[in-house]
Amino acid sequence: MKCDGLMNPEVSKTSERVHQRIPSGCAISGMMSEEGRRIDGRVIIKSIACMHDRSNGLGGGFAAYGIYPKRKHQYAFHMMYDNVEAKEATEEIFKDIFNVDMDEPIPTHRENGISNPPLLWRYFLEAPENKLEFISERDYVMKMVMRINSEVEGAFVASSGKNMGAFKGVGYPEDIGKFYKLEDYSAYIWTAHGRFPTNTPGWWGGAHPFTLLDWSVVHNGEISSYGINKRYLEMYGYRLELRTDTEVIAYLFDLLVRRHKLPIDKAVMSLASPFWKDIDRMEPEQKKIATAIRQVYGSSLLNGPFSIILGHSRGMIGLNDRIKLRPMTAARKDDMLYMASEESAIREIAPDLDEVWSPRAGTAVIGTLKEEVE
Amino acid sequence: MESQLPAEFMVNVDHERCRRCKRCVINCSFSAIEFKDKVTPNHRLCVACHRCATFCPEGAITITENPLEYKYGYNWTPEIRKNILKQAESGGIILTGMGNPRPYPIYWDHMLIDACQVTNPSIDPLREPMELRTYLGAKPECVEFDSEHISLETELAPQVKLDIPVVFAAMSYGAISLNAHKALAMAAKRMGTLMNTGEGGLHEELASYTDRIIVQVASGRFGVTSKYLNNSALVEIKIGQGAKPGIGGHLPGEKVGEDISKTRMIPVGTDALSPAPHHDIYSIEDLSQLIYAIKETTDYKKPVSVKIAAVHNVAAIASGIVRAGADIVMIDGFRGGTGAAPMVIRDHVGIPIELALAAVDERLRQEGIRNRASILVGGSIRQSADVVKAIALGADACVIGTASLIAMGCRVCQKCYTGNCAWGIATQKPELVRRLNPEIAADRLCNLLTAWGHEIQEVLGSLGINAIESLRGSRERLRGVGLPQEALDILGIKHAGIGQ
Repeated sequence: MKCDGLMNPEVSKTSERVHQRIPSGCAISGMMSEEGRRIDGRVIIKSIACMHDRSNGLGGGFAAYGIYPKRKHQYAFHMMYDNVEAKEATEEIFKDIFNVDMDEPIPTHRENGISNPPLLWRYFLEAPENKLEFISERDYVMKMVMRINSEVEGAFVASSGKNMGAFKGVGYPEDIGKFYKLEDYSAYIWTAHGRFPTNTPGWWGGAHPFTLLDWSVVHNGEISSYGINKRYLEMYGYRLELRTDTEVIAYLFDLLVRRHKLPIDKAVMSLASPFWKDIDRMEPEQKKIATAIRQVYGSSLLNGPFSIILGHSRGMIGLNDRIKLRPMTAARKDDMLYMASEESAIREIAPDLDEVWSPRAGTAVIGTLKEEVE
Repeated sequence: MESQLPAEFMVNVDHERCRRCKRCVINCSFSAIEFKDKVTPNHRLCVACHRCATFCPEGAITITENPLEYKYGYNWTPEIRKNILKQAESGGIILTGMGNPRPYPIYWDHMLIDACQVTNPSIDPLREPMELRTYLGAKPECVEFDSEHISLETELAPQVKLDIPVVFAAMSYGAISLNAHKALAMAAKRMGTLMNTGEGGLHEELASYTDRIIVQVASGRFGVTSKYLNNSALVEIKIGQGAKPGIGGHLPGEKVGEDISKTRMIPVGTDALSPAPHHDIYSIEDLSQLIYAIKETTDYKKPVSVKIAAVHNVAAIASGIVRAGADIVMIDGFRGGTGAAPMVIRDHVGIPIELALAAVDERLRQEGIRNRASILVGGSIRQSADVVKAIALGADACVIGTASLIAMGCRVCQKCYTGNCAWGIATQKPELVRRLNPEIAADRLCNLLTAWGHEIQEVLGSLGINAIESLRGSRERLRGVGLPQEALDILGIKHAGIGQ
């Protein structure tokens, strides 16, 4: 298994972690400016730090959208490497499959209790025209992400989208945020995660957010339907080798929205579908849609307790499981949309809110960037 | 020739308790009890159907196995010796009924189900919705919306709704009685599930249940008309049966009375012979033709199912069936029941349904066509736990034959082929058929399904999921105990003790 060395070597030895799935407790927070105003990372750190007790220091992370405006047409790969060999092997592949426009270490701050980080490097990549004859650009990039994650020993793609990035690792989220110097990044969407893994030690690759292309997911909960969600995705060429249930959420959004072209609200309906008793009472047209979605997408239904915040290039989506077994509060202030495990985490950064509500079970909060935002 | 066969059972009558009411004599349809001054058993004829013991008001009758010991031989078991005696006396194929009784491994009993603790809460089905609804039929890969993202553009193939993922197995009118058929149809309607005509056609008295009936097209084509095909929930092409893969059927002429003759569309008193193969299906492209002939006849409004026996190459065959256009594949395991089959076939041909199901589901996924057909499985689904495990392995729903007969009163004496069923189920003799009250039998069937439904909901709740589709194919929630690695690999499950 690859990535073994990415876990905290102080906690356990490489050989002891073989394909472990990692259920977790956790805190999540997200914020977004519909106007596309860019806000620096200190704000989201403050919000997630407020829920310190919901995590246990074994994982924290952030996703940020709009951080690389000058290179927004290139795929920004955030990489984690166990060692130099993994880096060299990956770069050898990159040379072969992408045009590498620029690469550099991801800037970090080493003085705040974060121990044993992997090698962190980022690349700005373009997919060469001649590789895209029989495959769409995004399918190509997705395949390459899967390939590196499963084939290169000790290399892990932390994020692979355009104009976005994931910053994650083992530690409390506020420490991870400082470690990555998030004060130096400005984003119009921020999501954050503090992790409380329950039965395995944390490892750097296993921290949230989980990402694929522009999709990023922070997740509090456990996907009890993981087994079938995984097999369903495998039918479409996804390789789920990280064995974390959160991974399936990112990939399901990729499959349903990007590849099957479902509108966001319909994709969300397939992941946390209404109960049949409610579908049966819908207006005929709505009923027909909801019934068809459940019939066709039964294997993508996410079951079990979860609250998630999904980030993508055009917005942010909050979603609870069908009976709301994990907390989630949402709020608005002017053009800002907030979501968090606890209201306190929102009030901490926006004490004066226009509107605060608890989204209903299975009902998504969908935030969309204004069309004129680039 | 004088038979040397000893009696299989002993009928023991406690003459002190017996008050000579003769109810046992009247009830025994195998003539194993006579009255000569007192109740006098003819042990040789007893089949252990329990009819006499159940109806004796004094509880004066017990039935025991004949204690006659055979000299021990691990190889030459008493059963094998008795079968040789039978054939030495008759020169015939040994006929039998019901499913394979031999001690082959039962994989259901070597699989255990997961449950939630701490990190994810279990769900109480008495307090929260717990959904079992299942739709049978081909599903498209995705649904499409118009450019406004509002209205649905995809037209789904026909779907049949099940309120519980358990349907009644194919058992023909002929093999079982009209009262049994009525009971199955009534229960199917009340429980929101389906019954299956088997290959004997549809009796006109069941016309009001047609939206809950699977009509079968088998090699004999009995009773198949355009009206028959259209008066159905779905149409099933029967290629094979788990109890007798590769073997046809034979309903003896003495069972073909007025009613059966009409339903099967054959003359009274003639043998109803189902050929071993369909003589218009000698390969997969022929099957495809029949599937589409049925779809044309039913205006593409009915899903078409193809039923096959679980044989060695079942995964590749199922894949071919899906590609040939079937909306449902029904796989019948080697322990499946029958009204009559040669013992050599029933006991030695085919493979277990657990392995067949796992192989088929995996194969269809590898080929990316699992969505194109629902999978129904049968062949000794005995309890709700078997249903849960089958669905976790990848089935959409299960079919129950023997279990539904037991619910109606069957004692699995394996004498269906004699036509003497004392419980009024596998018989056409009017005086026996009327022993089965369809209303009461339907109540018993409904009770069984209701109980299983509650049990399945309890298991789903303990798994922390509230919809059956989150169990379907979720093999991660199963663990094997005491299985060799090959079996675990085929089932696609880990051994107990391995975490996630």
